[in-house]
Amino acid sequence: MISWPLFFSQVFNGLTLGALLVLVAMGLTIIFGTLGVVNFAHGALYAVGAYAGFVTYEYTGSFVAAMAAGAIFLLVVGVVIERGLIRLYYQRPPEDQILVTFGITIVLVEAIRAIFGGLARNIPAPSWAAGIVNLRVTLYPTYRIDVLAIVGASLVLLYFVLYRTRLGLIVRAGIEDQLMVNILGINVTRTFLTVFGLGAMAAGFAGVINAPIVTVTPDMGADILVQSFVVVVIGGVGSFWGAVVGGLIAGEILSLTAMIQPAYSQVMLFAVMALVLILRPQGLFGVEGRQ
Amino acid sequence: MSAPVALAKRWAPEIALVVILLILPLVLPYIDGTYDIANRILDWGLFGLGFDLLFGFTGLLSFGQAAFYGAGGFVAAYILVAPFTNNAVVALIGGTVAASIFGVIIGYLSLRRTGIYFAMLTLAFGEMFFFLDISPLARWTGGENGVAGVPEPHLGFGIFSIDINDPGGLYWLLVVVFVLGFWLARRIVASPFGAVLRAIRENGARVAAVGHDVPKYKLTVFVIAAAYAGLAGGLLGLLQGYMPPDAFYLDTSGQLVVQTIIGGAGTLIGPLVGATVWLYLYTLLQNIAGIGAWWKMILGVIFVVLVTVFRRGLCGGTLLLWRRPVARPALEPVAETAVGEQARVAAEPRRSTQRPPPTGPIVLATRNLSKRYGGLTAVDDVSFELREGEIRAVIGPNGAGKSTFFNMLANVIPPSSGTIEFKGRNITGLGATMVCQRGISKSFQINQIFPSLTVRENLRIAVLARAYGKFHPAMLRAVDRDATVNAGIDAAAASVQLAKRLDTPAVELAYGEKRRLEIGLALATRPQILLLDEPTAGMSPVERADTVRLLRSIASGVTIVIVEHDMDVVFGLADRITVLFNGRKIAEDVPDAIQANPDVRAAYLGSQAAHEPA
Repeated sequence: MISWPLFFSQVFNGLTLGALLVLVAMGLTIIFGTLGVVNFAHGALYAVGAYAGFVTYEYTGSFVAAMAAGAIFLLVVGVVIERGLIRLYYQRPPEDQILVTFGITIVLVEAIRAIFGGLARNIPAPSWAAGIVNLRVTLYPTYRIDVLAIVGASLVLLYFVLYRTRLGLIVRAGIEDQLMVNILGINVTRTFLTVFGLGAMAAGFAGVINAPIVTVTPDMGADILVQSFVVVVIGGVGSFWGAVVGGLIAGEILSLTAMIQPAYSQVMLFAVMALVLILRPQGLFGVEGRQ
Repeated sequence: MSAPVALAKRWAPEIALVVILLILPLVLPYIDGTYDIANRILDWGLFGLGFDLLFGFTGLLSFGQAAFYGAGGFVAAYILVAPFTNNAVVALIGGTVAASIFGVIIGYLSLRRTGIYFAMLTLAFGEMFFFLDISPLARWTGGENGVAGVPEPHLGFGIFSIDINDPGGLYWLLVVVFVLGFWLARRIVASPFGAVLRAIRENGARVAAVGHDVPKYKLTVFVIAAAYAGLAGGLLGLLQGYMPPDAFYLDTSGQLVVQTIIGGAGTLIGPLVGATVWLYLYTLLQNIAGIGAWWKMILGVIFVVLVTVFRRGLCGGTLLLWRRPVARPALEPVAETAVGEQARVAAEPRRSTQRPPPTGPIVLATRNLSKRYGGLTAVDDVSFELREGEIRAVIGPNGAGKSTFFNMLANVIPPSSGTIEFKGRNITGLGATMVCQRGISKSFQINQIFPSLTVRENLRIAVLARAYGKFHPAMLRAVDRDATVNAGIDAAAASVQLAKRLDTPAVELAYGEKRRLEIGLALATRPQILLLDEPTAGMSPVERADTVRLLRSIASGVTIVIVEHDMDVVFGLADRITVLFNGRKIAEDVPDAIQANPDVRAAYLGSQAAHEPA
């Protein structure tokens, strides 16, 4: 029998998971919208972020340092990947772009496996977020509430960057019409670099803050990649609010189905995706006709 | 060439394959190989044949092939373990059919979105199968344990039955299945169906515009790939005596993609070669101290490098080297334009003075056709009638609504209101493919040709749409031996003066020739009405004069609507001219009358009276 506290606890789990998916999917959708590249390496970047956080935590014992390291290291990794490889692919067919980012995934994941081994690692929740909060409707781990706050703050920041800055204007214009932005004489290559770096950074950051909730393994990025694809398909590609709503829907589906019938939680997610595809192929917030 | 030699040439790939596979068991002990490894490679190769049809030939990159490999494998294993039968052939067929059915469902859903979405969706649905397998269906699939105790294959019935109980025996079973699968895939590639697939990879929108039902072709090849995957999955269970859940892993789909790229996509044999590289690299590197743990990363690096600089892979590269020495003779200029042509054309009398406007039955008509984009009315209440055999020009200044009107005629965009009738039947909203099948074909303002196909192959796609209809699963007949289709290609090539260029890849043509090929593609569907969108756009004066003569020669027997900016072309060709301005039809008459029409002059030159509000 499902009790109310359990139900609310699962609702909150769905929110936390959903918020993380929003963060990861946001990077994916902005990179796609601006660069036109589907980054199959996004899940791997998330895993690399978690390991960067893990190493930093091992050396410093500070969770804040781990978060910072995850984000900054991934910014660097993102910049290197964009400069070294992705930019060779802007003029190539989308299939090639997918192939190369998939190749990057193999390299990153296998490098992690070779260095750290296949065993699961763990970053404990920071001391300032230990314990449990009484939310009246349910008891809930403090850390997960903090995750919600941290992700919420990151999204507000991202929203600000996207909708209140020059860079954001270019990115949004690029999502609408890449060619036109080029013609207007805006330095697109530098924008591309920034966007890819920021997207990678968001993924790495998400990897670190999710590490205390899940375990850190080389393959941890695979599930999150697939789930963020689902988020993008449900929400519609290139849409900020699509990623937010899609992410929260996905999180709640996973978590609430897990409460009722655990075996079906993942399957349910794909069933909803199939439903969206049948009823509204361009996604909830997607614009008809856009690729 | 004598008949046996020609036959041997045609069958060379199959013969070479069979010879190698026959010799392999003798060589195996000397190359550290075992039947077990050879069997795995053949199984991956079979899996890859379907994937290569899907990706290498049609350009659809799927990351979900594991779903069908797993589904085929588990259904086949379950049939044998339950046991419903002890006959391995029945089980394999069951697995293949099951995988095909899943292929229809997943294909239908995934193909609702094209391009990058397709890769994401197949990946997602592939994962769905994995999750279905390990938990809700665990009662049948054994969940994370898989299905154990798959019996050794028993083939045939009664006294004709064979039991296979050693890896060597399994090897011969796989050889037979693989060679048959390879032969079938080669037939598909060389068939009319395969020709359409290759064109879809190049330019799907154009394939649809010449009258092929592209979604149906894509779905069909998706199901074929699923069937190959299902068969290979079933064989995997037989090989191991056990059906593992890793068949459903994302890694399985990924490995297939990597192997295909390494071996060479679009070669059919590539995946087999790629699988050989993968399994050998694995065994080789695994045994080197200090490198063992890094083997897959090394493979990943090789993959990234190949994708970046050597996209053809091993087989594609070899084929390229093989063919390169036979240097293609340099394109000799085809003397189809005489010197001084310009002067002669300029001196030619205008069409309107040559013949009276046709008075045949009305073939195409629009009734109150409008198109609104938000507050903007691009085409406003245009009614128009076209008579059989007529050449009609649609002109108007920029922004007059010509292209919008034109695209509505071709059913490329739907009208906001009004109807389009072809020979008295309403064709509004039928879509470009069906409209082309009915007999209205469009050539585009910007060339929409198939760049890496030859002129012959380009035209063939259009001819096939007429000869075989919007969809035809003709997979076993050789497309280059279809006399009707070949005659159609020759006729189309002759009519656009490209007969001498038939074997030139379209990308190598001169601009004017590409333009003629563009028109040729529309013409090769043998339309009753030809819609030409700025056929002379970007042409030099000489090329333009050529094109006018070309269009005039085509015009016998075809009704033509032409949108054009070049007034020499318009007045040199048209029987009647329709003038659009601000979305409205302001005049329609014979060229001389249009030239004298004050409203038309006002529209083009801008008169105070025409613009000032009343």
